[in-house]
Amino acid sequence: MSAAAEAAPRPTKKRGLPPWKSVLAYVILVPGAILFVAPLVWMISASFQPVGDMFSWPPQWIPDNPNLEGYKLFFGIVPEGELAGRASRAAIGVERWFINSAIVATGITLLQLLFNSLAAYVFAKRQFPGRDLIFLLFLATMMVPATVTLIPNYLVLKHIPLFGGNDIWGIGGHGMLDSYYGLILPNAVSAFGIFLLRQYMQTIPDELLDAARIDGASEFKIFWKVVIPLCRPALAAMFIFTFTFAWEDFLWPLIITSNPDLYTAPLGLALFTTRNRTSWDMLMAGSVIATLPMVLIFMIFQRQFIRGISLSGLKG
Amino acid sequence: MFLAPGFVIFSVFTLFALAFVVYLTFHEWSIIEPEKPFVGLQNYRDLIEDERFRQSVINTFYFTGASVPLATLCGLAIALLLNQPLRGRWVFRTAYYLPAITPFVVSAIVWKWLYNGDFGLFNYYLLKTNLIHEPLSWLSDKNLAMPSVILMTVWAGVGFSMVVYLAGLQAIPEELYEAAKVDGAGPLARLRHITLPGLLPSTVFLLVIQIIFNMQIFTQIFVMTRGGPIDKTTTVLFYVYEAAFQFYEMGYASTIAFALFLLLLVFTALQLRMYRRQTA
Repeated sequence: MSAAAEAAPRPTKKRGLPPWKSVLAYVILVPGAILFVAPLVWMISASFQPVGDMFSWPPQWIPDNPNLEGYKLFFGIVPEGELAGRASRAAIGVERWFINSAIVATGITLLQLLFNSLAAYVFAKRQFPGRDLIFLLFLATMMVPATVTLIPNYLVLKHIPLFGGNDIWGIGGHGMLDSYYGLILPNAVSAFGIFLLRQYMQTIPDELLDAARIDGASEFKIFWKVVIPLCRPALAAMFIFTFTFAWEDFLWPLIITSNPDLYTAPLGLALFTTRNRTSWDMLMAGSVIATLPMVLIFMIFQRQFIRGISLSGLKG
Repeated sequence: MFLAPGFVIFSVFTLFALAFVVYLTFHEWSIIEPEKPFVGLQNYRDLIEDERFRQSVINTFYFTGASVPLATLCGLAIALLLNQPLRGRWVFRTAYYLPAITPFVVSAIVWKWLYNGDFGLFNYYLLKTNLIHEPLSWLSDKNLAMPSVILMTVWAGVGFSMVVYLAGLQAIPEELYEAAKVDGAGPLARLRHITLPGLLPSTVFLLVIQIIFNMQIFTQIFVMTRGGPIDKTTTVLFYVYEAAFQFYEMGYASTIAFALFLLLLVFTALQLRMYRRQTA
């Protein structure tokens, strides 16, 4: 947790507040904080409770009969016989959702890091006619809310030629719907990411690149060996934003996947609640597990995260 | 060329998509029907007459108009408190930020449970403290459903505005405060004349980003209410989703989506200006 301490606001010069002021601050902050974490604490507690206890009044904050049933069901380490009468895990394939989420989020993140930084490099460091105009066009159109491009993109993916059973005219099959490509590709570049990296790259002195050029380095080598290492802080911030966004994304996977084998974690969990016989213990266990990667990333990258927020357009 | 991969994806999924969505609004485009006839402005005419569309716009404004200022103000208050030299600041910061890093779907599921009329924790504690005398059915009550969704969204959003404000507070030069103190300005005067103006860029940023985000509210609605009861929580994007992917009316759904785009245009333009000012 040292990262948290370091990321703390710069200490004010005067040490400490008058006692009555501190007390007042705590009187507001402590109950507020308790209310804020309570739903999450309850989620964790519920994930260790037998289904019957989850519905009990008064609610059990510390499980009376703690068990790992939900997690066991989740990971499929319960003998098939015990599953009788409950939604069969095999039919749901829950651990699959998390693998899918990991694949999709990693794919989107890696592609974005690569494509965004390539584009950002061109916009920041290469001269060519119309560059700034193209950049502006990029920025303007990509700020178009995702809502607008939802339906056309769905239709485009459905009709990708020679893919997923489609003929050369893009008709007949389901195209890139229900595929990792469909989940990843439309999210593989972002205007925000390009913008962020471009701003950062502009602070790299041109002399550095020229020196490399004189040494005979190719353009790609300059990009890869000089620019990228210097951009590490910005890339780290982008990594966090992109990965968390991709992990949480709900609407796009909802629209383009109908095959349960391709559900991502949020989609699987959400559709799970609408089933008739929800295994609530398993659902709560799944919710905890879906939250864990986000918490871990936040803990590990806390400093970069705060930094990313200050990078992302707050310099008045 | 370095630009190529980004540019191809951008051309297909943004440029082409934009042109295509406009094209779709002039057509009756059902997935099931082979015929996709050109219908001119019919979709737009239908949209103006559509009672549900009007309701969904009202709901979306209601949701955004309440959730954005609430999350921003709470975030500001917490950031101001946490900017003081207090012990255990990082504990509080983590506590208030945790909801923001919880996946939205998970939050919505947990809150759906909390709101449940029969075994939800809200009813339990409110009944116990005698604040209410009958259990409330939060999400299925036509007057409570939207406020319930708003409350959950504010809970999830406060952390973000807190972090943005904390970053903004650090950008205000310490000298300004020193100078003000020398001039005899009290704490309130310093807050009003230095801190709040200094936080203006953060505030503008937060408002624009949150408005754009919240106007496209979908996940909470899908998980918690499905637009009910009696369309009291049907938001524009949820209506788009229903029209497109439950009734397969791609043409009409595109028209609704396009209308949402127009509603957002002012804020998108503001966002673009924010970014451009930095590039200049």
